[in-house]
Amino acid sequence: MGEIFKKGLGNRSFVIGGVVTIIFILIAGISLLWTPYPFDEMTIASKLKTPSGDHWLGTDHFGRDVFSMMMVGARNSIVVSLVAVSIGAGFGIPLGALAAARGGWVDEAVMRFNDFTFAFPALLSAVMITALAGPGAVNSIIAIGIFNVPVFARITRGAALPIWKREYIMAARVSGKGPVQISIEHVIPNIASVLIVQATIQFALAIIAEAGLSYLGLGTQPPNPSWGKMLSEAQTFMFLAPHLALFPGMAIALMVLGLNLLGDGLRDVLDPRLRRQR
Amino acid sequence: MAIFFLRRALTLFATLVATSIIVFLVLEVIPGDPAAVMLGVNAQADTLAALRAEMGLDLPATERYFNWTLGLLQGDMGNSYTYGVPVSELVAERVVVSLPLALMAIVLSTVIAIPVGVLAAARHNKPTDLGVMGVSQIAVAIPNFWFAILLILLFAVKLQWFSAGGFAGWENGFWGALKSLLLPAVALALPQAAILARVTRSSVLEIMGEDYIRTARAKGLGKSSALWRHGVRNALIPVITIMGLQFSFLLAGTIIIENVFYLPGLGRLIFQAIAQRDLIVVKDLIVLLAGTVVVVNFIVDMLYAVLDPRLRGGGHG
Amino acid sequence: MKKFFVAAAFGVAFSVSGALAANDTLNLGVVLEPPHLDPTAGAAAAIDEVVYANVMEGLTRIDASGAVKPALAKSWDISSDGLTYTFKLHTGVKYHDGTMFDSADVKFSLDRARGEKSVNAQKALFKAIKSVAAPSSDTVVVTLSQPTGSFLFNMGWGDAVIVAPESADANKTSPVGTGPFKFKSWSKGNKIDLVRNDAYWGTAAKLKSATFKFISDPTAAMAAMMAGDVDGFPNFPAPESMGQFKADPRFEVVIGSTEGETILSMNNGKGPLKDIRVRRAIAHALDRQAIIDGAMFGNGTPIGSHFAPHHPAYVDLTGRYPYDLEKAKKLLTEAGYPNGLKVKMKLPPPSYARRGGEIIAAQLKKIGIEAEIIPLEWAQWLKEVFKGLDYDLTIVSHTEPMDIGIYARETYYFDYHGEAIKKVMADLDATADEKGRYALMAKAQKIVADDAVNGFLFQLAKSGVWKKGVKGLWHNAPVQANDLTGVYWE
Repeated sequence: MGEIFKKGLGNRSFVIGGVVTIIFILIAGISLLWTPYPFDEMTIASKLKTPSGDHWLGTDHFGRDVFSMMMVGARNSIVVSLVAVSIGAGFGIPLGALAAARGGWVDEAVMRFNDFTFAFPALLSAVMITALAGPGAVNSIIAIGIFNVPVFARITRGAALPIWKREYIMAARVSGKGPVQISIEHVIPNIASVLIVQATIQFALAIIAEAGLSYLGLGTQPPNPSWGKMLSEAQTFMFLAPHLALFPGMAIALMVLGLNLLGDGLRDVLDPRLRRQR
Repeated sequence: MAIFFLRRALTLFATLVATSIIVFLVLEVIPGDPAAVMLGVNAQADTLAALRAEMGLDLPATERYFNWTLGLLQGDMGNSYTYGVPVSELVAERVVVSLPLALMAIVLSTVIAIPVGVLAAARHNKPTDLGVMGVSQIAVAIPNFWFAILLILLFAVKLQWFSAGGFAGWENGFWGALKSLLLPAVALALPQAAILARVTRSSVLEIMGEDYIRTARAKGLGKSSALWRHGVRNALIPVITIMGLQFSFLLAGTIIIENVFYLPGLGRLIFQAIAQRDLIVVKDLIVLLAGTVVVVNFIVDMLYAVLDPRLRGGGHG
Repeated sequence: MKKFFVAAAFGVAFSVSGALAANDTLNLGVVLEPPHLDPTAGAAAAIDEVVYANVMEGLTRIDASGAVKPALAKSWDISSDGLTYTFKLHTGVKYHDGTMFDSADVKFSLDRARGEKSVNAQKALFKAIKSVAAPSSDTVVVTLSQPTGSFLFNMGWGDAVIVAPESADANKTSPVGTGPFKFKSWSKGNKIDLVRNDAYWGTAAKLKSATFKFISDPTAAMAAMMAGDVDGFPNFPAPESMGQFKADPRFEVVIGSTEGETILSMNNGKGPLKDIRVRRAIAHALDRQAIIDGAMFGNGTPIGSHFAPHHPAYVDLTGRYPYDLEKAKKLLTEAGYPNGLKVKMKLPPPSYARRGGEIIAAQLKKIGIEAEIIPLEWAQWLKEVFKGLDYDLTIVSHTEPMDIGIYARETYYFDYHGEAIKKVMADLDATADEKGRYALMAKAQKIVADDAVNGFLFQLAKSGVWKKGVKGLWHNAPVQANDLTGVYWE
């Protein structure tokens, strides 16, 4: 681990991406203890103010402090995305490993399942699930989590297949170890770098997906703030307070950029061979 | 080749059938009585029963499924619960917005991305290349609906060159309608263009290192003509694949972008139908959209096989 | 596809023409699309907002000031006991499909509305009718079972328009009436086109055609106004934009009043709000001006009961429960909730509800009430809240005129069963003289406020904005309508 980290420090993407990501996570963490103002405190008399010493990023149409809302919004986005990606990985990786281990009809079934879910544009299924099951953070976690499963399944399977052909695996099989045990002991550790990189990318995509769902009104519900919802409110006040549309969008873009750079950096550091595939 | 084609065609069919079954089942589980939605709160019990019988809602599930799918194959999509008119009418009204929008976005993203990607590859590791990579990194990170809002802020609110939303309507003038699709198309095209440019660049780079390029250069061809004559054509193969895959993202993008700009297109229709619990429209549209994606993927696979003979031998999943 | 190419070809040919709008046509933006177009078969105000006075008419009509005027009935006599109304109808009137209008149509419409199979949303309007007779083709005699002071006004509602048996069933999709405009077409999700009825029996409309465009989103509405896509909004959905319109010389802004009492409805029948102390506590915690400023950008008049401030019988009860958080908390403790409680607030789509709801939730939080906000579309709201009574709090604007009688109904979504109000409303029905009626109306307002049946927020303002030069659009909305009969371009 130590030498990977040292190697990472030499890689520009890794450093920039890592720093940005950590900053956002810190902000989200601090929001649990402190925000400049309570995020849901309405002071209607001072609504739609531009940034000032009092309110660093201004106030929204209810007079709530934008900076405080952004901090809590960061927390909500990160939590939703993290849990969703974990669900996707939690179900997808075993599925993909199983397909690679068993082959045959199990493999075919998983492949068909993958093909089928890829036919559904991810946002469409998320919109469907959240709109029908009811909007909210929990349902958006489920919706985003669901469409992460085939991604992880596919990546795991693709990376695991060549591993299965290696000699020491044959040796392990001959020595009587079952496919599950082999997967856990040998296969997954070997493909871990691919999975970590993919998880970072999926995390970034989940942030965008959560923002998109919240923008449409299907994600985190008021009074809990979310960057996407802040953007959609800002749009209705575009003619009166254009500054409101800038900050939530910038936050999303920065966070995703940071995660993408981190993913690129991780890829370079963990397995330079992967670089060619981009 | 024929076997490959048949296998893929079979997969296509199976996927479509599976899609329709799953959509049907999912929406079965959704509570709510479409007859009550149509007739409203004060309807009497016997009128509701009569309407349900008329809509065929009292038939067993399997029979309803087959009625629905057979109808779809014949072009009969049923009647919307909210409006009472044939769904095909609604689709026809909306597709004249969504289709031009999607086409504009594809054209824009391709026209920008491919030359940029090739240029970046040609100037590999020089400032132009690094610039392109940097910009595309940022472009991929920007959510397309935020980019759309920024475009509106600049071009509609500040400069007032465009309207902040809404569709002018084809009957009010071709250029007016096209104008109201321009900002949305740009917003849609941006992330696609960024991804496409990167894929083009890396694909061309890979080709440039290939043996036959080296051979061409050894024969005396200049760097540029080697690139164009041999490199680009072959580099286009993965690019076309990505374009095909991007199609499904494009579709997803139109849902959000149509909402940002209040365009009366298919994406917005799905969203409104879901909100209004107009389940028949939802079912039909999902199958329609998913079906389009599947068909496009199929075509891309075929194209891929035609361009790269190495693939035709045992089809892969 | 073919349609697209043909349209495109024409579009190229006529692309320049977009700029000049003929000034005998009007494009109006409206917020809600009606579910169908038969005002006698639906409660949605959106139906009347397209059809009332334009396409369909009743025996009487309500004009811009809220007064009752003759329509299809050119005059009437009321018997001295107030039980028999004899209407004299206009002659030579034709429906848009060419069939003649006569007393048989009136009898058909009234019997249909009050019959057993009636799907009329305001059946109560016809409750007092004992019998309808059509002794000659231009005379209708309506006999009531008891005197009803508001009968003529009731017959002016959109739910009482006169339909023809030949066309009644198809009115939902292609309404046929006797009005100065004919229904032309309905592009779902987009717009409805009307054209002038040149065979109209009365004064012809000045406009040759009119289009209602459905634009619910505030930004799209702003965009449409700025671009000139619509000529005006009788009720603009974004109150925050009115300032910008006022400053723009191209537009005229008229803020008027509506009959819409915007209330925080409470479920009086079950749950924590069954207890009057909880309801009163909430009333003490509401800061009406903050709600008006935050949700409606200052447009709206605070109300203390279910009555419109512009009405002469209005009693100002906004001080009945003054803003007092300590008192509110005390009441909650007395009711058994010293540590606060949780409630569900289900909100329909309009911004007065969604924004108002957020503000109210923040205000209630100060006294320990946690309101969970659940957004619903209208269809769901009707099913869960209005019909299913599955809610604690909701916010909705009741736009029917003089509708304080809803508090006397046996079954209504507030689930309130006060006896005092029923008596007052019954007396009101039987009273014809104005002074007596006003006294009873005052009594009704006090009862409803005392029982804190709902949280009374504000009277919805009508934020009208249109291009300078458009004349004749209503400033206030005494009924749900967009009466275009007198509209013209200057």
